[in-house]
Amino acid sequence: MTQTTRRVALKVLGATLGASAFAHAMEPLRAWSKDLSLDQFLQRHYKELTSEELAEGIRRLERETREEYGREVTIRDIRPQEGVQFGYALSLSVCIGCRKCAEACHVENNHDRRTNNSYIRVLEMDQGSFDMEKGDATYEHAVPAKGKYYMPVQCQQCDNAPCVKVCPVQATWKEPDGIVAVDYNWCIGCRYCEAACPYHARRFNWTKPEVPAGEINPDQGYLSNRIRPQGVVEKCTFCLHRTREGRMPACLEACPTGARVFGNLLDPKSEIRWVLENKRIFVLKEELGTRPRFFYFFDV
Amino acid sequence: MGKDTHAITYPRFLLRVIGQSFEGSWRFYLWMTVLTAIALVGANAWAHQLVEGMRVTGMSDHVSWGLYIANFTFGVGLAAGAVMMVIPAYLYDDHEMHDVVILGELLAIAAIVMCLLFIVADMGRPDRFWHILPGLGRFNWPISMLTWDVIVLNGYLFINLHISGYLIYTRYLGRKPDRKWYLPFVFLSIGWAVSIHTVTAFLYSGLGGRPFWNSALLAPRFIASAFITGPAFVILLLQLVARLTRLRVGDGPIRTLTSVLRVTVLLNLFMLGSELFTSLYTGGTHSTAVTYLFFGLHGKSALVPWIWSAVALNVASAALLHLPASRGSRAFLNAACVAAFAGVWIEKGMGLIIPGFVPSTLHELVEYVPSMAEWKITAGIWAVGFMVLTIAIKVALTVLTGEMAVEPRSGDTRTGEHAPPLMH
Repeated sequence: MTQTTRRVALKVLGATLGASAFAHAMEPLRAWSKDLSLDQFLQRHYKELTSEELAEGIRRLERETREEYGREVTIRDIRPQEGVQFGYALSLSVCIGCRKCAEACHVENNHDRRTNNSYIRVLEMDQGSFDMEKGDATYEHAVPAKGKYYMPVQCQQCDNAPCVKVCPVQATWKEPDGIVAVDYNWCIGCRYCEAACPYHARRFNWTKPEVPAGEINPDQGYLSNRIRPQGVVEKCTFCLHRTREGRMPACLEACPTGARVFGNLLDPKSEIRWVLENKRIFVLKEELGTRPRFFYFFDV
Repeated sequence: MGKDTHAITYPRFLLRVIGQSFEGSWRFYLWMTVLTAIALVGANAWAHQLVEGMRVTGMSDHVSWGLYIANFTFGVGLAAGAVMMVIPAYLYDDHEMHDVVILGELLAIAAIVMCLLFIVADMGRPDRFWHILPGLGRFNWPISMLTWDVIVLNGYLFINLHISGYLIYTRYLGRKPDRKWYLPFVFLSIGWAVSIHTVTAFLYSGLGGRPFWNSALLAPRFIASAFITGPAFVILLLQLVARLTRLRVGDGPIRTLTSVLRVTVLLNLFMLGSELFTSLYTGGTHSTAVTYLFFGLHGKSALVPWIWSAVALNVASAALLHLPASRGSRAFLNAACVAAFAGVWIEKGMGLIIPGFVPSTLHELVEYVPSMAEWKITAGIWAVGFMVLTIAIKVALTVLTGEMAVEPRSGDTRTGEHAPPLMH
């Protein structure tokens, strides 16, 4: 009998110790769950939200930005326009590799300041070669360097997008105007899209983005440049909060050489159509069948 | 007792199972305490990862999957390989294997639990897990291979839980199991085991932008290596079980599994060689990941020690298994099993997942080294896997040897040696 009670007492002691050790190990979660509201947890996919639910979600996001980042912002859900198909073109003869586009993207899209993130990566390439193997995206010297040309790469908004295909929860999809969007409130952070993208166009929020209040761009789109939550994937959206209202993407406005051309592929009088019809154009990694909407051309 | 329905006996059975998992020798307590301690360290590291974000890992936008997905991939193989006990037992009617089948299925359960935990550890937003539940969330089926993986992995978990649970419960009741309640599932599990590792291979080989993975040979290679790790682990497990419990399994199963291993280690090496030939003989950009993996590139060589140790271990296990001395010596055999297990762990992990990302799709060489947080979480998940396996085997064996039954049969001192086989 004493044998049994001692055994039981030891078991109870062990179980208590185990449970308290577990609680202690999980202690950091208290700070995490503080930021997680029930509404946020239960929010449905962007496409399933009623206009009231979306408005509610937007108010909550604006409030959270005010509380966490100390800045009043306006978040709008801007829908695609009828009869518009976006396309982008870039002249490799004109680009000098100054990376003003990447910088503008960083500021416009409220990227994390610590990592100096941007949706655009500029490759310095050897003239006469198209071997990306010999490209360099981390050059630090004055540009343009002798014997080099420059190739900025960003999301190609593929018509057959591998990232959209692989997402297990449909958190990313192609909008009717050709832009590939991400629902930052639905993404589970598996990063399969990042593995699938042949253009290194996706970025993951490895931590909560840091942006000083004074530097936050307050003009925000729900599917574009609002400050992304930790643990989700994001990408270039052709600045849809600007372009869907007839403005130009931030990278194009920042380009000092005019290498970039953006517009509506369905408008025969648009500059992008002129480029596509009169220049020799190509797309990156055509052999993969991704059918990009981002075209490169040479002025020859 | 006879008038009791399952509604009464089954919960009572489960209660006794729970009780049984807290009961044991000092060795059992020590083992479980050590595993609990490791699991707690992992849980704590995971809690920090959740709060601070995945920046506590060594991953980056260039190498967006690391140690977690590497171990996940290996775990799927281990789960699939566990079915290697079923194939000889039922397809080729090897009766001695029948008792071993249950061990294989319990191993599969533990491995799948680990896989699911590795997936959770790799998710940026585990609080959104419900988005991937059929019915509740939004499934990208049948297009996304990851959606397929969720289905086949959970399906495999349930099939194995059903088979082993049913057999153990009927034995507990002292009844003869009804073949129609487990045999169809046993055959289903064979096909299903192949499917889990095939779908996991398709996760990678379906990506056109990653030439290192974009190979039709990936799925066959996965199956070959799965059929190494499963048998290797079970050979070691059978000897441990024989030493620590009263269950007696003859030498036959170990002989059968060793024969399987002799074939699969060679097959695995052959396919590795075939892939190397295609990459290195042709050359060009398709070979850069292979070059980086095996020889380093532009002064960067983080993976070189990993892959050569994998090759060395795989070659060593193949050599050991084919030496005539290994036929008589358990020490040789055990060394070969350990080498094969470790070799495949590296090859399917650091040797397969990471080189898929280096060089990146824009051909940048950004290296990856797992962080301390990743090692802690990984160790913690392995500890949980071993806890699940230990308890599952312990409960199964106490029922199998007649120590735990619905009513103690007086004068019944049957042990594993004499007990009738669990399955027919």
